Amino acid sequence: MSAAPPGEQPRVWPMYRAMVGVGLMCGLLIVGVFQWTGPRIARNRAEALERAIFQVLPAARSSTTFRLVDGERFEPRGEGDAADSLVHAGYDAEGELVGLALEGRGMGYQDVIHVLFGYAFADETVVGIRVLESRETPGLGDRIETDPGFLANFDALDVRLDESGSALAHAIEPVKPGEKTEAWQVDGITGATISSVAIANILDQSAAFWIPRIRARLDDFRGAQP
Amino acid sequence: MSDESVPTPGTDEFVKGLWRENPVFVQVLGMCPALAVSNTARNALAMGLATLFVLVGSNLVVSSLRHFVPRQVRIATYILVIATFVTVVDYAIQAISLDLHKALGAFISLIVVNCLILGRAEAFASRNHVGTALLDALGMGTGFVLALLSLGAVREILGSGSLFGVPLFHEGFQGWVVMILPAGGFFTLAGWLLLFNWLRERRATRLAALEPVGATGGGR
Repeated sequence: MSAAPPGEQPRVWPMYRAMVGVGLMCGLLIVGVFQWTGPRIARNRAEALERAIFQVLPAARSSTTFRLVDGERFEPRGEGDAADSLVHAGYDAEGELVGLALEGRGMGYQDVIHVLFGYAFADETVVGIRVLESRETPGLGDRIETDPGFLANFDALDVRLDESGSALAHAIEPVKPGEKTEAWQVDGITGATISSVAIANILDQSAAFWIPRIRARLDDFRGAQP
Repeated sequence: MSDESVPTPGTDEFVKGLWRENPVFVQVLGMCPALAVSNTARNALAMGLATLFVLVGSNLVVSSLRHFVPRQVRIATYILVIATFVTVVDYAIQAISLDLHKALGAFISLIVVNCLILGRAEAFASRNHVGTALLDALGMGTGFVLALLSLGAVREILGSGSLFGVPLFHEGFQGWVVMILPAGGFFTLAGWLLLFNWLRERRATRLAALEPVGATGGGR
């Protein structure tokens, strides 16, 4: 490694040359690896999403992805359509609509948590949840994915709409561990308070956005099974 | 700065990281991932291999560029190189298994600030030939993998009753839950450090007993 003699000002050009040169090399390497692994990562994500849809809608045997158009109606997602504002309709073996898998995102303890949850029409409840992406602390925050007591909150979480049909009858409410008394409340996790409250808030926001729109346009989903 | 150190036998550069200068059990470096993601053997192995890859890649580049990078910007350059290899390994893990990527969480990105990697770049790779730097990185990286695996295996066996997900005990086995929580990392590390120090002390005592009376120098 080169160094300026004592008392002499270091030359600037070698520093620029080194930083720009190394930065360029690093940038090219990252772009190359991204290009190489990108399709594989996208395929892995699509497969994980497909698995998660059937996990949060256990009664479903097939699914179709829909896109929210103009903020009010749903159309089957076409090739090349944007990957936002999507919902996934699940159909049973007879082709009857059994529910929808809805996505939600929100800030957790360390980073954004991305979840998928199942919404069953029959009893207007959330019937399952899967964390698609999170960077919560291993051993603590990541218990939102594994803690059986916490996951039991989402066996039949009440998300009924009010009489106007434009909002949830009861907001999904996080409570301290063991204090759940109502069907719309979510018991937290000791040691993972921020992560578990984040999940309740994500579900509340996502359900409040999607469910009134879905209930108003149920016919968009019927007869669209693959 | 003197550019080249006194050459040492290649095998020693590799072997020193495994035992005598093990990064976790002797130098006590990289504690954050060592304690946080060693709750299962699989996570520990994956984090160890990811760190090994970053260590080898950054040592190779830093050693190759040691005549090109001025002293004043060396740390910034090393961080740039290390961050690049961490990004590469992040993409690679996502391409291999999203579940594994999820299990390792934020700790993949945090390899950037693992002092083991910056330490080897600054203290060794920037002053030695590429081949020697490669052996050093392989030795230190393998030592890190073995250390994480030792922690992860003990914690998974005691905490979950399994190893690499394979159940080892009968169905009624009640895992010692604290072992898969962060506290279990400290307990397990303490146990391993106790064992390592006891072995080193015993070896030093034996070597001292074998040396002729009046001879100087310790053997560790």
